Amino acid sequence: MELRAEELTCSRGGREVFRGLSFNLAAGQALLVSGRNGAGKSSLLRVIAGLIRFVSGRLTLEGGAAEATIAEQAHYLGHLDALKPALTVAENLEFWAEFLGTRSAIKPALETVDLVRLANLPAAYLSSGQRRRLSIARLIAVPRPIWLLDEPTSALDAPSQKRLAGLMHDHLAGGGIIVAAAHGPIGLERARELKMDSE
Amino acid sequence: MPVIDLANPTRFLNLVNRALPWLIATTIVLFAIGLFRAMNAPDDYQQGATVKIMFLHVPAAWLGMLGWAVMAISALGTLVWRHPLADVAGKAAAPIGAAFTFICLVTGSLWGRPTWGTYWVWDARLTSMLVLLLLYLGVLALYWTAEDPGRGARTAAVLSLVGAVNLPIIKFSVDWWNTLHQPASVFRIDGSTIDPAILTPLLIMALAFTLLFVTLHLAVMRNEILRRRVRSMRLLQAQEVHA
Amino acid sequence: MSALISLLVRDMRLAVRVGGGAFMGALFFLIVVTMMPFAVGPDLVLLARIGPAILWLGALLASLLALDRLFATDHEDGSLDLLMMGGMPLELAVAVKGIAHWLTTALPLVLIAPLLGMMLNVELHALGWLTLTLAAGTPALTFIGLIGAALSVALRRGGLLLAVLVLPLTVPVLIFGVAAANAAITGPAPLGPAFTILCALSLASLVLGPVAAAAALRHGLE
Repeated sequence: MELRAEELTCSRGGREVFRGLSFNLAAGQALLVSGRNGAGKSSLLRVIAGLIRFVSGRLTLEGGAAEATIAEQAHYLGHLDALKPALTVAENLEFWAEFLGTRSAIKPALETVDLVRLANLPAAYLSSGQRRRLSIARLIAVPRPIWLLDEPTSALDAPSQKRLAGLMHDHLAGGGIIVAAAHGPIGLERARELKMDSE
Repeated sequence: MPVIDLANPTRFLNLVNRALPWLIATTIVLFAIGLFRAMNAPDDYQQGATVKIMFLHVPAAWLGMLGWAVMAISALGTLVWRHPLADVAGKAAAPIGAAFTFICLVTGSLWGRPTWGTYWVWDARLTSMLVLLLLYLGVLALYWTAEDPGRGARTAAVLSLVGAVNLPIIKFSVDWWNTLHQPASVFRIDGSTIDPAILTPLLIMALAFTLLFVTLHLAVMRNEILRRRVRSMRLLQAQEVHA
Repeated sequence: MSALISLLVRDMRLAVRVGGGAFMGALFFLIVVTMMPFAVGPDLVLLARIGPAILWLGALLASLLALDRLFATDHEDGSLDLLMMGGMPLELAVAVKGIAHWLTTALPLVLIAPLLGMMLNVELHALGWLTLTLAAGTPALTFIGLIGAALSVALRRGGLLLAVLVLPLTVPVLIFGVAAANAAITGPAPLGPAFTILCALSLASLVLGPVAAAAALRHGLE
């Protein structure tokens, strides 16, 4: 499997966010996107996720599922958690598991992020770190090859950051691809780097 | 026991748990007496036995208004005297008062059909009772949509006080406007105009209903206190699992 | 298929648990209908004549209420992004949300319409047909409203903009809805051509609404 971007250019609100961006990622490889605020890191992730259209260039995934778009084979973990406060922890995760993929059991995913004890608690009562962990559980519950992570360690304490690093390593070891945007290190030592500077 | 002692929820709960069985028993006894007297009261020479809906309809109307009065007084307790249980009392009174208002409207409608020929008219008394029901439903909507009980309670308290202006309008509507509904016949300055044979069962039923209101009110208050405890425990539970 | 059901169930659960759900739309409907006799007077004959119109206007306004937040909450918490990344086309997801909205907001309106019609002195034999016209026409109101809701999220404006956009589009539904209701009350046959056209409008909007709304969401959120 290979995720390939060639000369991607993106503009939003009339302003050009990035131009001529290219990279190749094979299975098991990670890309760490760094740069100051406003450099376009989040926009790049959203372009790969199919949420923003790029103006020119090419974005292809070779070796993936034939009929599916890149978006359908990727997980997007953005700044927002996509959690409904009125639903319980389990109900939130069950919904995304069923909507995004197959009917997978959510209990193993909750165990991985240590939220099983809170499974029947309304999500409104969770702290921001716990909400982040629930979003990460979504990535575990539904297997998808590409992970697009936007500042994944924000709101996480040190043990949870270590746990996330472990999950990312497991994902790469299983042949997955990760594109992560961050200000600092997030635990992916052997990731390739892409520095984005705003002009 | 001064009212201030009841400010402690635990002590209040203990008191309610002890008093509730007695209240329930007394209510049942009063209803038994009242229904017996009501069934034996004479029929109306025009309406026949239909008039006996009155024994349900009139007390329900009084209790609908009593419910709002309890809410208004509780509102003063919440906003002015800051009594800890005042907002619980107000929140508990709302669904009970709404239910009785609804019963009043439905029984009145069923009574009106054979008597006036229509299920509903837009006259002053009926419309002001309908407005009372709408106000109740509005306050209930406020309680349901408030995420945090404290904030919901204060806004509901303000609404309870504002809505209390409807109560004298209901009472005097049949005197101020020419209406289809009959004018006041029980609570009048120069004494009631109903024959004692009907007035006595009516008052007994009213007493029974009032006791029912008190019983239900205390039970609902107890439930609300327990519900808030559950909520606090859940919040604590969430904090125990570290972020 | 299970993805469709899970989205439907989720939206219905949220509608019931948040903001009063079914209750609120029905309450608003009741209040609007109660306002009318204050405005036009308690003359029962007049109320019976304009009863169907009052009910249709009330249903229209009450349906519009909850539409405001339909896409806004999903947009604000990031769910909308993920909804676009499932295997389901966005048009289908939007349609499912529309169905959930109809079931939780419009269906309660339809169910209390007979009671309100009775209070407006509409003839009792016609109440059933009147309710049927509302049941047939409110899907059109919901699905046309989807377009306005999507546009107001895309344009980041709320409330009145939605009403301004949607109300003109619902005029045909209103015309044929009231006509069908009046035909049920006064006409020789209870359901005539007006009712047929009303059903056609609903069916058409079931398709056009989600397509237009999805397009608005995609292009507006870039």
